[in-house]
Amino acid sequence: MNQPDLTDKQKKARRSRNVALGIALAVLAVMFYVVTIIKIGPGIFDRAM
Amino acid sequence: MAMTDEHDALAAPASVDVLEGDAGDFFALLKPRVMSLVVFTALVGLLMAPGEIHPVLGFIAILSIAVGAGASGALNMWYDADIDILMGRTAKRPIPAGRISADTTLAFGMFLSVFSVATLGLLVNWLSAGLLAFTIFFYAVVYTMWLKRSTPQNIVIGGAAGAFPPIIGWACVTNSISIESIVLFAIIFLWTPAHFWALALFKSEDYGRAGIPMLPNVAGERTTKHQIVLYAVLTAICGVVPTIMGFAGTMYGVFAAILGAVFIWYAVQVWRMPDGDAKMVPAKKMFAYSLVYLFCIFTALMVGALVTKFTGIAV
Repeated sequence: MNQPDLTDKQKKARRSRNVALGIALAVLAVMFYVVTIIKIGPGIFDRAM
Repeated sequence: MAMTDEHDALAAPASVDVLEGDAGDFFALLKPRVMSLVVFTALVGLLMAPGEIHPVLGFIAILSIAVGAGASGALNMWYDADIDILMGRTAKRPIPAGRISADTTLAFGMFLSVFSVATLGLLVNWLSAGLLAFTIFFYAVVYTMWLKRSTPQNIVIGGAAGAFPPIIGWACVTNSISIESIVLFAIIFLWTPAHFWALALFKSEDYGRAGIPMLPNVAGERTTKHQIVLYAVLTAICGVVPTIMGFAGTMYGVFAAILGAVFIWYAVQVWRMPDGDAKMVPAKKMFAYSLVYLFCIFTALMVGALVTKFTGIAV
């Protein structure tokens, strides 16, 4: 599929959106990890190996 | 129902295939200034509520409420793009300015709505999630699609959407709705008409050009000024109700009474302003003070609640 030629402004805007989306996804991953620990409690680390 | 009769999607700018909008434009779709008020009042509701919530869950609750409020702002901008382009105050928003397409905004708003409600429900509780969903629906559908273009009482009824956040914040902690949180709702609900009609007075040409039936355009300046004084008085009375009901202290009550008296004074200055005044200075001052009033009232409630929580002394 042919990609349209992007102007410098469009490329800059796309990069800005990508960075924001990446940060949002990283924050969500950390947030859900932390909440899982809080909801289940510190006992999650006490499992037998 | 005249929900879509006057909405002219064709009047909005043509969709842009390649986005020029950056992250800042998407953030602007969330109406950050409205969102800051929502965050603040929801936080006050959350902190005033009896009981405990884990700080991380409290943070996520406020974040979800903020994102939900932002989502309703994006849906509002999607639907109102045809009139936003006609008003100086809104013409530079991302859709009328052609930086983000209407379709993208709709998808963005819908996604954030579902995501914020689901997150609040799964991580906090489903009562607060249900209230957030209702708030988004009320703002995006009842206010934006229906009331805004059909009645001069648009912001009176629609103001309920902006008044819900403290109830949601309270419900995040208690999983219930109580009379105290309804009083917090009532303060914002009664404050909204005086706040918005002050703005509508000095922006009436903008609203008239867009065909929005704001009270000054439909009923005239005199009626609007009467209504501003009426709602300022009701707001000032409601502002001291937390002390009368005993969930805020005497110091708060005195502070709220003074703030309320000044609010009424500003409303009277608007009322005394000659009809047809070109500069509308008293209306502009009233609008600015209304923001100070709400901020100070909720700050005082929050400080009082925190002092009581940690010292047991009612202030």
